[in-house]
Amino acid sequence: MILKIKTSADVPSSEITPESAYYSRRDIMKAAAMGTAGLAAAATLGGIDTPLFAQAKNYAAPRNPKFVADPTVDPLNKLEEINSYNNFYEFGTGKGDPVQYANKLTTSPWTVEVDGACNKPGKYDIEKMIDFTQLEERVVRHRCVERWSMVIPWVGVPIKHVIDKCEPQAKAKYVEFHTLLRPSEMFGQKTGSLQWPYVEGLRMDEAMHPLAFMVVGLYGKVLPNQNGAPMRIHIPWKYGFKSGKSIVRIRFTETMPKTTWAVQNGNEYGFWANVNPEVDHPRWSQARERRLPGFATSRPTLLFNGYADQVQSLYAGMDKKVLFY
Amino acid sequence: MLKTGYEQLCKLLNAIATWRYFKPVVFVGCAVPAVLLSIKVIASAWIPSWIPLVDSTIGGLGVDPLKTLLHESGEDGLGVLLACLAITPIRRIFKVNGIQKVRRMVGVFAFFYAFVHVGIYLGLDQLCYSVATCEFRSIVNDVLKRKFIFMGMISFTIMAVLAITSTSGWVRRLKKKWQTLHRLVYVAAISGVIHFIWIQKSDISEPLMWAGWLTLFLVIRVYFAIQKRRVVPARIRP
Ligand code: HEM
Repeated sequence: MILKIKTSADVPSSEITPESAYYSRRDIMKAAAMGTAGLAAAATLGGIDTPLFAQAKNYAAPRNPKFVADPTVDPLNKLEEINSYNNFYEFGTGKGDPVQYANKLTTSPWTVEVDGACNKPGKYDIEKMIDFTQLEERVVRHRCVERWSMVIPWVGVPIKHVIDKCEPQAKAKYVEFHTLLRPSEMFGQKTGSLQWPYVEGLRMDEAMHPLAFMVVGLYGKVLPNQNGAPMRIHIPWKYGFKSGKSIVRIRFTETMPKTTWAVQNGNEYGFWANVNPEVDHPRWSQARERRLPGFATSRPTLLFNGYADQVQSLYAGMDKKVLFY
Repeated sequence: MLKTGYEQLCKLLNAIATWRYFKPVVFVGCAVPAVLLSIKVIASAWIPSWIPLVDSTIGGLGVDPLKTLLHESGEDGLGVLLACLAITPIRRIFKVNGIQKVRRMVGVFAFFYAFVHVGIYLGLDQLCYSVATCEFRSIVNDVLKRKFIFMGMISFTIMAVLAITSTSGWVRRLKKKWQTLHRLVYVAAISGVIHFIWIQKSDISEPLMWAGWLTLFLVIRVYFAIQKRRVVPARIRP
Protein backbone atom coordinates (compact mmCIF):
# COMPACT_ATOMS: atom_id res chain seq x y z
CA MET A 1 0.00 0.00 0.00
CA ILE A 2 1.25 3.48 -0.90
CA LEU A 3 1.38 6.07 1.79
CA LYS A 4 1.18 9.58 0.54
CA ILE A 5 2.60 11.64 3.31
CA LYS A 6 2.03 15.28 2.65
CA THR A 7 4.34 17.70 4.29
CA SER A 8 1.49 19.05 6.29
CA ALA A 9 3.41 21.92 7.78
CA ASP A 10 4.36 23.35 4.42
CA VAL A 11 1.11 23.88 2.58
CA PRO A 12 1.50 26.99 0.43
CA SER A 13 -0.60 29.84 1.65
CA SER A 14 -2.66 29.82 -1.54
CA GLU A 15 -4.08 26.47 -0.43
CA ILE A 16 -5.11 27.65 2.98
CA THR A 17 -8.87 27.76 3.38
CA PRO A 18 -9.87 31.37 3.24
CA GLU A 19 -10.76 32.76 6.60
CA SER A 20 -14.28 33.36 5.39
CA ALA A 21 -14.82 29.78 4.24
CA TYR A 22 -16.86 28.64 7.16
CA TYR A 23 -18.43 31.94 7.96
CA SER A 24 -20.05 31.83 4.55
CA ARG A 25 -22.20 28.92 5.56
CA ARG A 26 -25.70 29.64 4.49
CA ASP A 27 -27.25 29.87 7.91
CA ILE A 28 -24.74 32.28 9.32
CA MET A 29 -24.97 34.49 6.25
CA LYS A 30 -28.69 34.51 6.63
CA ALA A 31 -28.42 35.31 10.28
CA ALA A 32 -26.20 38.24 9.49
CA ALA A 33 -28.57 39.49 6.82
CA MET A 34 -31.53 39.28 9.09
CA GLY A 35 -29.80 40.85 12.02
CA THR A 36 -29.91 39.57 15.56
CA ALA A 37 -33.67 39.22 15.65
CA GLY A 38 -33.58 36.60 12.95
CA LEU A 39 -30.44 34.99 14.27
CA ALA A 40 -31.98 32.22 16.31
CA ALA A 41 -34.54 31.39 13.66
CA ALA A 42 -31.98 31.20 10.88
CA ALA A 43 -29.60 29.24 13.01
CA THR A 44 -32.10 26.46 13.51
CA LEU A 45 -31.62 25.74 9.82
CA GLY A 46 -28.11 24.72 10.73
CA GLY A 47 -29.28 21.80 12.78
CA ILE A 48 -28.65 20.56 16.25
CA ASP A 49 -27.52 23.04 18.83
CA THR A 50 -26.86 25.84 16.40
CA PRO A 51 -29.06 28.40 18.17
CA LEU A 52 -26.97 27.87 21.28
CA PHE A 53 -23.83 28.05 19.20
CA ALA A 54 -24.87 31.33 17.60
CA GLN A 55 -25.01 32.89 21.05
CA ALA A 56 -21.84 31.26 22.25
CA LYS A 57 -18.85 33.26 23.34
CA ASN A 58 -16.66 34.39 20.50
CA TYR A 59 -13.23 32.77 20.41
CA ALA A 60 -12.30 33.86 16.91
CA ALA A 61 -8.55 33.56 16.59
CA PRO A 62 -6.01 33.92 13.81
CA ARG A 63 -5.38 30.76 11.90
CA ASN A 64 -1.90 29.34 12.36
CA PRO A 65 -0.64 28.82 8.81
CA LYS A 66 1.56 25.95 9.98
CA PHE A 67 -1.42 23.81 10.86
CA VAL A 68 -3.89 23.91 8.06
CA ALA A 69 -5.34 21.32 5.74
CA ASP A 70 -5.59 21.42 1.98
CA PRO A 71 -9.29 22.08 1.39
CA THR A 72 -9.30 20.08 -1.82
CA VAL A 73 -8.07 16.99 0.02
CA ASP A 74 -9.36 17.64 3.52
CA PRO A 75 -12.38 19.93 3.35
CA LEU A 76 -13.68 21.10 6.71
CA ASN A 77 -16.47 19.19 8.34
CA LYS A 78 -19.59 21.15 9.15
CA LEU A 79 -20.16 22.27 12.68
CA GLU A 80 -23.31 20.14 12.81
CA GLU A 81 -21.25 17.07 12.06
CA ILE A 82 -18.53 17.83 14.56
CA ASN A 83 -20.91 18.64 17.39
CA SER A 84 -23.50 15.91 16.93
CA TYR A 85 -21.38 12.79 16.46
CA ASN A 86 -19.23 12.28 19.52
CA ASN A 87 -17.71 9.58 21.64
CA PHE A 88 -18.07 11.00 25.14
CA TYR A 89 -19.19 8.07 27.29
CA GLU A 90 -19.74 10.37 30.27
CA PHE A 91 -22.91 11.38 28.42
CA GLY A 92 -23.87 7.94 27.10
CA THR A 93 -22.32 5.39 24.80
CA GLY A 94 -24.28 6.38 21.68
CA LYS A 95 -22.63 8.90 19.41
CA GLY A 96 -25.81 10.95 19.37
CA ASP A 97 -26.02 10.99 23.19
CA PRO A 98 -23.51 13.75 24.02
CA VAL A 99 -25.27 16.37 21.90
CA GLN A 100 -28.47 15.57 23.77
CA TYR A 101 -27.17 15.39 27.30
CA ALA A 102 -24.01 17.48 27.50
CA ASN A 103 -25.91 20.75 27.91
CA LYS A 104 -26.34 19.74 31.57
CA LEU A 105 -22.66 20.27 32.18
CA THR A 106 -21.59 23.36 34.11
CA THR A 107 -18.34 24.61 32.65
CA SER A 108 -17.96 27.81 34.63
CA PRO A 109 -16.29 28.16 37.04
CA TRP A 110 -13.65 25.63 36.00
CA THR A 111 -10.58 24.74 37.98
CA VAL A 112 -7.70 22.50 37.06
CA GLU A 113 -5.67 20.59 39.60
CA VAL A 114 -1.98 20.36 38.85
CA ASP A 115 0.02 17.75 40.75
CA GLY A 116 2.79 15.19 40.57
CA ALA A 117 6.37 15.89 39.60
CA CYS A 118 6.18 19.64 39.06
CA ASN A 119 7.10 22.86 40.83
CA LYS A 120 3.71 24.52 40.62
CA PRO A 121 1.21 22.07 42.10
CA GLY A 122 -2.15 23.50 43.06
CA LYS A 123 -5.62 24.34 41.87
CA TYR A 124 -5.92 26.95 39.19
CA ASP A 125 -8.73 28.72 37.39
CA ILE A 126 -8.95 27.95 33.70
CA GLU A 127 -7.95 31.58 33.03
CA LYS A 128 -4.69 30.92 34.89
CA MET A 129 -3.97 27.82 32.82
CA ILE A 130 -4.81 29.13 29.38
CA ASP A 131 -3.69 32.43 27.98
CA PHE A 132 -6.78 33.52 26.11
CA THR A 133 -4.87 36.32 24.40
CA GLN A 134 -2.69 33.72 22.68
CA LEU A 135 -5.46 31.69 21.05
CA GLU A 136 -4.88 30.37 17.56
CA GLU A 137 -6.95 28.37 15.12
CA ARG A 138 -5.77 25.14 13.49
CA VAL A 139 -7.37 22.89 10.95
CA VAL A 140 -6.46 19.28 11.68
CA ARG A 141 -7.55 15.79 10.84
CA HIS A 142 -9.23 13.80 13.59
CA ARG A 143 -9.10 10.01 13.26
CA CYS A 144 -11.18 7.77 15.49
CA VAL A 145 -10.01 4.25 16.25
CA GLU A 146 -13.41 3.14 14.90
CA ARG A 147 -12.26 4.13 11.41
CA TRP A 148 -14.10 7.39 10.87
CA SER A 149 -12.42 10.75 10.50
CA MET A 150 -13.20 14.45 10.26
CA VAL A 151 -11.40 17.72 9.60
CA ILE A 152 -11.86 20.20 12.41
CA PRO A 153 -11.05 23.88 12.97
CA TRP A 154 -10.05 23.96 16.63
CA VAL A 155 -9.18 27.05 18.63
CA GLY A 156 -6.72 26.80 21.49
CA VAL A 157 -3.10 26.94 22.55
CA PRO A 158 -0.29 24.40 22.30
CA ILE A 159 -0.35 22.03 25.29
CA LYS A 160 3.24 23.11 25.85
CA HIS A 161 2.04 26.56 26.94
CA VAL A 162 -0.13 24.98 29.62
CA ILE A 163 2.53 22.54 30.76
CA ASP A 164 5.18 25.23 31.00
CA LYS A 165 3.05 27.05 33.56
CA CYS A 166 3.18 23.92 35.75
CA GLU A 167 6.98 23.77 35.62
CA PRO A 168 7.38 20.00 35.40
CA GLN A 169 10.49 18.55 37.02
CA ALA A 170 13.14 16.72 35.04
CA LYS A 171 12.02 13.40 36.50
CA ALA A 172 8.53 13.79 35.00
CA LYS A 173 8.40 11.33 32.10
CA TYR A 174 4.67 11.32 31.42
CA VAL A 175 1.72 13.59 31.86
CA GLU A 176 -1.83 12.50 32.67
CA PHE A 177 -5.00 14.35 31.70
CA HIS A 178 -8.04 13.57 33.82
CA THR A 179 -11.57 14.26 32.66
CA LEU A 180 -14.12 15.72 35.08
CA LEU A 181 -15.80 13.27 37.46
CA ARG A 182 -19.28 14.59 38.18
CA PRO A 183 -21.95 11.89 37.95
CA SER A 184 -24.68 14.39 38.84
CA GLU A 185 -24.15 16.05 35.46
CA MET A 186 -22.59 13.16 33.59
CA PHE A 187 -25.06 10.32 33.86
CA GLY A 188 -22.76 7.92 32.01
CA GLN A 189 -20.56 7.92 35.09
CA LYS A 190 -23.37 6.24 37.01
CA THR A 191 -22.91 3.23 34.74
CA GLY A 192 -19.94 0.95 34.50
CA SER A 193 -19.38 1.54 30.81
CA LEU A 194 -15.83 2.68 31.66
CA GLN A 195 -13.70 3.26 34.73
CA TRP A 196 -14.20 6.83 35.92
CA PRO A 197 -12.73 9.37 35.75
CA TYR A 198 -11.48 9.06 32.19
CA VAL A 199 -7.69 9.27 32.21
CA GLU A 200 -5.47 9.78 29.23
CA GLY A 201 -1.77 10.42 29.05
CA LEU A 202 1.22 11.21 26.91
CA ARG A 203 4.95 10.94 27.18
CA MET A 204 6.35 14.37 28.04
CA ASP A 205 7.96 14.91 24.65
CA GLU A 206 4.69 14.01 22.92
CA ALA A 207 2.77 16.49 25.05
CA MET A 208 5.35 19.22 24.39
CA HIS A 209 5.21 18.65 20.63
CA PRO A 210 3.88 21.68 18.69
CA LEU A 211 1.06 19.57 17.21
CA ALA A 212 -0.31 18.62 20.63
CA PHE A 213 -3.09 21.11 21.22
CA MET A 214 -5.17 22.31 24.16
CA VAL A 215 -8.55 23.11 22.66
CA VAL A 216 -11.00 25.67 24.05
CA GLY A 217 -12.92 26.58 20.91
CA LEU A 218 -14.42 25.31 17.70
CA TYR A 219 -15.33 27.26 14.58
CA GLY A 220 -14.31 30.49 16.26
CA LYS A 221 -16.62 30.01 19.21
CA VAL A 222 -16.38 28.52 22.66
CA LEU A 223 -16.15 24.72 22.51
CA PRO A 224 -19.54 22.96 22.65
CA ASN A 225 -19.91 20.85 25.80
CA GLN A 226 -20.20 17.63 23.83
CA ASN A 227 -16.80 18.29 22.29
CA GLY A 228 -15.15 18.53 25.70
CA ALA A 229 -15.73 22.04 27.03
CA PRO A 230 -14.24 24.06 28.46
CA MET A 231 -10.81 22.57 27.70
CA ARG A 232 -9.77 19.35 26.03
CA ILE A 233 -6.64 18.05 24.40
CA HIS A 234 -6.33 17.05 20.77
CA ILE A 235 -3.48 14.88 19.53
CA PRO A 236 -3.97 14.72 15.76
CA TRP A 237 -1.52 11.89 15.05
CA LYS A 238 -3.15 9.53 17.54
CA TYR A 239 -6.53 7.81 17.61
CA GLY A 240 -9.26 9.99 19.05
CA PHE A 241 -9.57 8.25 22.40
CA LYS A 242 -6.16 9.67 23.36
CA SER A 243 -7.64 13.15 23.27
CA GLY A 244 -9.31 13.55 26.66
CA LYS A 245 -12.16 16.00 27.12
CA SER A 246 -13.21 18.41 29.88
CA ILE A 247 -9.84 18.30 31.61
CA VAL A 248 -9.75 18.99 35.37
CA ARG A 249 -6.44 17.53 36.38
CA ILE A 250 -2.95 17.51 34.94
CA ARG A 251 -0.55 15.16 36.69
CA PHE A 252 3.14 14.58 36.01
CA THR A 253 4.41 11.07 36.59
CA GLU A 254 7.54 9.01 36.29
CA THR A 255 5.72 5.87 35.19
CA MET A 256 3.48 5.23 32.23
CA PRO A 257 -0.10 6.28 33.07
CA LYS A 258 -2.81 3.65 33.29
CA THR A 259 -5.08 5.10 30.66
CA THR A 260 -8.79 4.31 30.74
CA TRP A 261 -9.20 2.38 27.50
CA ALA A 262 -5.97 0.46 28.04
CA VAL A 263 -7.34 -0.64 31.44
CA GLN A 264 -10.71 -1.50 29.88
CA ASN A 265 -9.23 -3.51 27.04
CA GLY A 266 -5.48 -3.25 26.60
CA ASN A 267 -5.62 -5.64 23.70
CA GLU A 268 -7.55 -3.19 21.59
CA TYR A 269 -6.59 0.24 22.90
CA GLY A 270 -2.99 0.70 23.92
CA PHE A 271 -1.11 3.61 25.44
CA TRP A 272 0.59 4.78 22.25
CA ALA A 273 -2.32 4.46 19.79
CA ASN A 274 -0.54 6.18 16.93
CA VAL A 275 -2.54 6.09 13.73
CA ASN A 276 -1.05 3.43 11.46
CA PRO A 277 -2.67 1.74 8.47
CA GLU A 278 -0.56 -1.36 8.93
CA VAL A 279 -1.45 -2.21 12.50
CA ASP A 280 -4.94 -3.67 12.67
CA HIS A 281 -7.30 -3.18 15.52
CA PRO A 282 -8.18 -6.75 16.57
CA ARG A 283 -11.71 -6.29 15.26
CA TRP A 284 -11.06 -4.36 12.07
CA SER A 285 -8.38 -3.35 9.67
CA GLN A 286 -7.05 0.19 9.99
CA ALA A 287 -5.90 0.30 6.37
CA ARG A 288 -8.83 2.47 5.29
CA GLU A 289 -11.06 5.05 6.90
CA ARG A 290 -14.35 6.86 6.32
CA ARG A 291 -14.20 10.62 5.99
CA LEU A 292 -17.57 11.62 7.38
CA PRO A 293 -20.22 12.19 6.23
CA GLY A 294 -19.11 9.92 3.38
CA PHE A 295 -20.75 6.55 2.83
CA ALA A 296 -17.80 4.31 2.09
CA THR A 297 -14.70 3.25 4.00
CA SER A 298 -12.65 4.29 1.01
CA ARG A 299 -9.88 6.58 2.18
CA PRO A 300 -6.42 5.14 2.76
CA THR A 301 -5.32 5.70 6.35
CA LEU A 302 -2.14 7.78 6.59
CA LEU A 303 0.74 6.88 8.84
CA PHE A 304 0.51 9.08 11.95
CA ASN A 305 -2.69 10.40 10.39
CA GLY A 306 -0.63 12.25 7.82
CA TYR A 307 1.62 13.98 10.35
CA ALA A 308 4.52 11.53 10.07
CA ASP A 309 6.96 14.17 8.87
CA GLN A 310 6.38 16.11 12.06
CA VAL A 311 6.16 13.42 14.71
CA GLN A 312 8.05 10.39 13.47
CA SER A 313 11.26 11.52 15.17
CA LEU A 314 9.56 11.21 18.56
CA TYR A 315 9.60 7.47 18.14
CA ALA A 316 13.02 6.83 16.65
CA GLY A 317 14.38 3.47 17.69
CA MET A 318 11.21 2.26 19.36
CA ASP A 319 9.80 -1.19 18.72
CA LYS A 320 7.23 -0.80 15.98
CA LYS A 321 4.64 -3.06 17.53
CA VAL A 322 4.86 -1.54 20.98
CA LEU A 323 4.61 1.86 19.42
CA PHE A 324 1.27 1.55 17.78
CA TYR A 325 -0.68 -0.24 20.50
CA MET B 1 -60.55 -15.20 36.91
CA LEU B 2 -56.97 -15.77 35.78
CA LYS B 3 -58.05 -18.78 33.80
CA THR B 4 -60.83 -17.00 31.94
CA GLY B 5 -58.43 -14.16 31.21
CA TYR B 6 -56.03 -16.63 29.67
CA GLU B 7 -58.77 -18.32 27.70
CA GLN B 8 -60.02 -15.02 26.41
CA LEU B 9 -56.52 -14.11 25.29
CA CYS B 10 -56.22 -17.45 23.49
CA LYS B 11 -59.54 -16.78 21.81
CA LEU B 12 -58.48 -13.29 20.77
CA LEU B 13 -55.18 -14.52 19.36
CA ASN B 14 -56.96 -17.27 17.48
CA ALA B 15 -59.37 -14.74 16.04
CA ILE B 16 -56.44 -12.63 14.88
CA ALA B 17 -54.61 -15.61 13.40
CA THR B 18 -57.60 -16.76 11.43
CA TRP B 19 -58.44 -13.28 10.21
CA ARG B 20 -58.33 -13.01 6.42
CA TYR B 21 -55.79 -10.24 6.42
CA PHE B 22 -53.52 -11.69 9.11
CA LYS B 23 -50.80 -12.75 6.73
CA PRO B 24 -50.80 -9.53 4.66
CA VAL B 25 -50.65 -7.48 7.87
CA VAL B 26 -47.66 -9.46 9.12
CA PHE B 27 -46.05 -8.98 5.72
CA VAL B 28 -46.48 -5.21 5.94
CA GLY B 29 -45.20 -5.25 9.53
CA CYS B 30 -42.03 -7.05 8.46
CA ALA B 31 -41.54 -4.58 5.63
CA VAL B 32 -41.90 -1.46 7.77
CA PRO B 33 -38.22 -1.31 8.85
CA ALA B 34 -37.16 -1.60 5.21
CA VAL B 35 -39.47 1.23 4.23
CA LEU B 36 -38.19 3.42 7.07
CA LEU B 37 -34.60 2.71 6.13
CA SER B 38 -35.31 3.48 2.49
CA ILE B 39 -36.85 6.81 3.46
CA LYS B 40 -33.68 7.64 5.38
CA VAL B 41 -31.54 6.69 2.41
CA ILE B 42 -33.60 8.89 0.13
CA ALA B 43 -33.57 11.71 2.68
CA SER B 44 -29.79 11.58 2.90
CA ALA B 45 -29.46 12.05 -0.85
CA TRP B 46 -32.34 14.32 -1.64
CA ILE B 47 -33.78 16.52 1.05
CA PRO B 48 -36.64 18.80 0.18
CA SER B 49 -36.08 21.79 2.41
CA TRP B 50 -39.76 22.10 3.19
CA ILE B 51 -39.87 18.86 5.12
CA PRO B 52 -39.21 20.03 8.65
CA LEU B 53 -38.84 16.52 10.06
CA VAL B 54 -35.63 15.72 8.27
CA ASP B 55 -32.54 17.49 9.50
CA SER B 56 -31.50 19.38 6.42
CA THR B 57 -27.82 19.57 7.23
CA ILE B 58 -27.18 16.06 8.39
CA GLY B 59 -29.60 14.02 6.35
CA GLY B 60 -31.61 10.95 7.06
CA LEU B 61 -28.73 8.62 7.79
CA GLY B 62 -26.89 10.93 10.14
CA VAL B 63 -23.23 11.88 10.21
CA ASP B 64 -21.95 8.34 9.63
CA PRO B 65 -24.32 6.81 7.04
CA LEU B 66 -22.51 3.47 6.75
CA LYS B 67 -22.63 2.95 10.48
CA THR B 68 -26.34 3.78 10.51
CA LEU B 69 -27.04 1.41 7.63
CA LEU B 70 -25.09 -1.46 9.19
CA HIS B 71 -26.61 -0.82 12.57
CA GLU B 72 -30.20 -0.67 11.39
CA SER B 73 -30.05 -3.53 8.92
CA GLY B 74 -28.27 -5.71 11.51
CA GLU B 75 -30.79 -4.95 14.21
CA ASP B 76 -33.71 -5.43 11.83
CA GLY B 77 -32.32 -8.80 10.75
CA LEU B 78 -31.81 -10.02 14.28
CA GLY B 79 -35.11 -8.53 15.46
CA VAL B 80 -37.16 -10.19 12.73
CA LEU B 81 -35.28 -13.46 13.28
CA LEU B 82 -36.17 -13.39 16.96
CA ALA B 83 -39.77 -12.49 16.10
CA CYS B 84 -39.78 -15.59 13.91
CA LEU B 85 -38.52 -17.68 16.81
CA ALA B 86 -41.26 -16.26 19.04
CA ILE B 87 -43.97 -17.74 16.84
CA THR B 88 -43.76 -21.35 18.02
CA PRO B 89 -43.71 -20.47 21.74
CA ILE B 90 -46.75 -18.23 21.24
CA ARG B 91 -48.52 -20.99 19.34
CA ARG B 92 -47.83 -23.52 22.08
CA ILE B 93 -48.63 -21.32 25.05
CA PHE B 94 -51.78 -19.74 23.63
CA LYS B 95 -52.81 -22.66 21.45
CA VAL B 96 -53.01 -20.56 18.30
CA ASN B 97 -52.08 -22.96 15.56
CA GLY B 98 -53.09 -20.40 12.97
CA ILE B 99 -50.03 -18.23 13.43
CA GLN B 100 -47.78 -21.02 12.23
CA LYS B 101 -48.59 -20.10 8.65
CA VAL B 102 -46.62 -16.83 8.78
CA ARG B 103 -43.46 -18.38 10.21
CA ARG B 104 -41.76 -19.13 6.93
CA MET B 105 -42.49 -15.67 5.60
CA VAL B 106 -41.10 -13.97 8.71
CA GLY B 107 -37.99 -16.14 8.47
CA VAL B 108 -37.42 -15.16 4.86
CA PHE B 109 -37.80 -11.51 5.84
CA ALA B 110 -35.10 -11.98 8.46
CA PHE B 111 -32.84 -13.31 5.75
CA PHE B 112 -33.73 -10.35 3.55
CA TYR B 113 -32.47 -7.92 6.21
CA ALA B 114 -29.35 -9.99 6.83
CA PHE B 115 -28.73 -9.97 3.07
CA VAL B 116 -29.04 -6.19 2.94
CA HIS B 117 -26.73 -5.97 5.98
CA VAL B 118 -24.04 -8.13 4.42
CA GLY B 119 -24.53 -6.33 1.09
CA ILE B 120 -23.86 -2.99 2.78
CA TYR B 121 -20.75 -4.39 4.44
CA LEU B 122 -19.47 -5.73 1.13
CA GLY B 123 -20.53 -2.79 -0.99
CA LEU B 124 -19.59 0.20 1.16
CA ASP B 125 -17.15 -1.06 3.77
CA GLN B 126 -15.21 -3.38 1.49
CA LEU B 127 -15.85 -1.24 -1.61
CA CYS B 128 -17.35 -4.06 -3.69
CA TYR B 129 -19.59 -1.61 -5.54
CA SER B 130 -17.16 -2.27 -8.37
CA VAL B 131 -14.87 -5.20 -9.02
CA ALA B 132 -11.87 -2.90 -9.41
CA THR B 133 -12.24 -1.39 -5.95
CA CYS B 134 -13.39 -4.52 -4.11
CA GLU B 135 -11.07 -5.42 -1.25
CA PHE B 136 -11.12 -9.19 -1.66
CA ARG B 137 -8.07 -9.77 0.51
CA SER B 138 -9.43 -7.58 3.24
CA ILE B 139 -12.72 -9.52 3.24
CA VAL B 140 -10.94 -12.86 3.58
CA ASN B 141 -8.84 -11.36 6.35
CA ASP B 142 -11.91 -10.04 8.12
CA VAL B 143 -13.72 -13.37 8.02
CA LEU B 144 -10.70 -15.36 9.17
CA LYS B 145 -9.18 -12.92 11.65
CA ARG B 146 -12.13 -11.13 13.23
CA LYS B 147 -14.16 -13.45 15.34
CA PHE B 148 -17.22 -11.15 15.28
CA ILE B 149 -17.32 -11.23 11.49
CA PHE B 150 -16.79 -14.98 11.52
CA MET B 151 -19.81 -15.35 13.80
CA GLY B 152 -21.88 -13.08 11.54
CA MET B 153 -20.83 -15.22 8.61
CA ILE B 154 -22.00 -18.42 10.31
CA SER B 155 -25.30 -16.79 11.08
CA PHE B 156 -25.69 -15.45 7.55
CA THR B 157 -24.74 -18.73 5.87
CA ILE B 158 -27.29 -20.66 7.87
CA MET B 159 -29.97 -18.07 7.16
CA ALA B 160 -29.19 -18.26 3.46
CA VAL B 161 -29.46 -22.06 3.38
CA LEU B 162 -32.72 -21.96 5.31
CA ALA B 163 -34.17 -19.23 3.08
CA ILE B 164 -33.30 -21.18 -0.06
CA THR B 165 -34.78 -24.41 1.30
CA SER B 166 -37.88 -22.68 2.62
CA THR B 167 -39.96 -23.40 -0.49
CA SER B 168 -42.59 -26.12 -0.57
CA GLY B 169 -40.54 -27.97 -3.14
CA TRP B 170 -37.65 -28.29 -0.71
CA VAL B 171 -39.97 -29.29 2.11
CA ARG B 172 -41.16 -32.18 -0.02
CA ARG B 173 -37.72 -33.10 -1.25
CA LEU B 174 -36.08 -33.16 2.20
CA LYS B 175 -39.04 -34.78 3.95
CA LYS B 176 -38.11 -35.44 7.59
CA LYS B 177 -34.67 -33.95 7.19
CA TRP B 178 -36.25 -30.55 6.51
CA GLN B 179 -37.28 -30.05 10.09
CA THR B 180 -33.90 -31.14 11.41
CA LEU B 181 -32.18 -28.76 9.01
CA HIS B 182 -34.44 -25.88 9.97
CA ARG B 183 -33.69 -26.33 13.65
CA LEU B 184 -30.40 -24.66 12.70
CA VAL B 185 -32.34 -21.41 12.92
CA TYR B 186 -31.47 -21.45 16.61
CA VAL B 187 -27.76 -21.66 15.77
CA ALA B 188 -28.23 -18.72 13.40
CA ALA B 189 -29.89 -16.68 16.13
CA ILE B 190 -27.30 -17.60 18.77
CA SER B 191 -24.40 -16.73 16.48
CA GLY B 192 -26.19 -13.52 15.45
CA VAL B 193 -26.45 -12.48 19.10
CA ILE B 194 -22.82 -13.39 19.77
CA HIS B 195 -21.85 -11.38 16.67
CA PHE B 196 -23.69 -8.42 18.18
CA ILE B 197 -22.07 -8.87 21.63
CA TRP B 198 -18.58 -9.04 20.16
CA ILE B 199 -19.06 -5.77 18.30
CA GLN B 200 -19.60 -3.76 21.46
CA LYS B 201 -16.77 -1.72 22.87
CA SER B 202 -17.86 -1.74 26.49
CA ASP B 203 -21.62 -1.68 27.00
CA ILE B 204 -23.31 -4.96 26.09
CA SER B 205 -26.73 -4.28 27.61
CA GLU B 206 -28.48 -4.05 24.24
CA PRO B 207 -27.34 -7.41 22.83
CA LEU B 208 -27.90 -8.98 26.24
CA MET B 209 -31.54 -7.96 26.00
CA TRP B 210 -31.78 -9.83 22.70
CA ALA B 211 -29.94 -12.75 24.29
CA GLY B 212 -32.54 -12.74 27.05
CA TRP B 213 -35.43 -13.06 24.60
CA LEU B 214 -33.64 -15.79 22.71
CA THR B 215 -33.02 -17.73 25.91
CA LEU B 216 -36.67 -17.39 26.86
CA PHE B 217 -37.81 -18.80 23.49
CA LEU B 218 -35.30 -21.64 23.72
CA VAL B 219 -36.36 -22.55 27.24
CA ILE B 220 -40.01 -22.64 26.17
CA ARG B 221 -39.13 -24.82 23.19
CA VAL B 222 -37.16 -27.23 25.36
CA TYR B 223 -39.92 -27.31 27.97
CA PHE B 224 -42.51 -28.34 25.40
CA ALA B 225 -40.15 -30.87 23.85
CA ILE B 226 -39.61 -32.54 27.23
CA GLN B 227 -43.34 -32.55 27.91
CA LYS B 228 -44.02 -34.16 24.57
CA ARG B 229 -41.50 -36.90 25.32
CA ARG B 230 -43.18 -37.52 28.70
CA VAL B 231 -46.59 -37.67 27.11
CA VAL B 232 -45.63 -40.11 24.38
CA PRO B 233 -44.58 -43.10 26.56
CA ALA B 234 -47.71 -42.59 28.63
CA ARG B 235 -49.76 -43.10 25.54
CA ILE B 236 -47.85 -46.20 24.49
CA ARG B 237 -48.41 -47.82 27.86
CA PRO B 238 -51.14 -50.51 27.60
C1 HEM C 1 -21.07 -12.29 6.69
C2 HEM C 1 -21.90 -11.89 7.59
C3 HEM C 1 -21.85 -10.58 8.35
C4 HEM C 1 -20.93 -9.57 8.33
C5 HEM C 1 -19.65 -9.46 7.51
C6 HEM C 1 -21.38 -8.57 9.26
C7 HEM C 1 -20.70 -7.38 9.53
C8 HEM C 1 -21.09 -6.48 10.44
C9 HEM C 1 -20.40 -5.24 10.69
C10 HEM C 1 -19.13 -4.77 9.99
C11 HEM C 1 -21.07 -4.59 11.67
C12 HEM C 1 -20.75 -3.22 12.25
C13 HEM C 1 -19.77 -3.31 13.35
C14 HEM C 1 -19.41 -1.96 13.87
O1 HEM C 1 -20.30 -1.23 14.30
O2 HEM C 1 -18.25 -1.65 13.83
C15 HEM C 1 -22.19 -5.41 12.04
C16 HEM C 1 -23.12 -5.09 13.01
C17 HEM C 1 -24.21 -5.88 13.33
N1 HEM C 1 -24.61 -7.03 12.72
FE1 HEM C 1 -23.58 -7.99 11.27
N2 HEM C 1 -22.57 -8.97 9.83
C18 HEM C 1 -22.89 -10.19 9.29
C19 HEM C 1 -24.01 -10.94 9.57
C20 HEM C 1 -24.99 -10.58 10.44
C21 HEM C 1 -26.22 -11.29 10.66
C22 HEM C 1 -26.63 -12.57 9.93
C23 HEM C 1 -26.93 -10.62 11.60
C24 HEM C 1 -28.30 -10.89 12.21
C25 HEM C 1 -28.80 -12.01 12.43
C26 HEM C 1 -26.14 -9.47 12.00
C27 HEM C 1 -26.51 -8.56 12.95
C28 HEM C 1 -25.77 -7.47 13.31
C29 HEM C 1 -26.13 -6.56 14.36
C30 HEM C 1 -27.35 -6.66 15.26
C31 HEM C 1 -25.14 -5.57 14.39
C32 HEM C 1 -25.03 -4.45 15.37
C33 HEM C 1 -25.53 -3.19 14.90
C34 HEM C 1 -25.01 -2.10 15.78
O3 HEM C 1 -25.49 -1.98 16.90
O4 HEM C 1 -24.12 -1.38 15.35
N3 HEM C 1 -24.99 -9.48 11.26
N4 HEM C 1 -22.18 -6.55 11.28
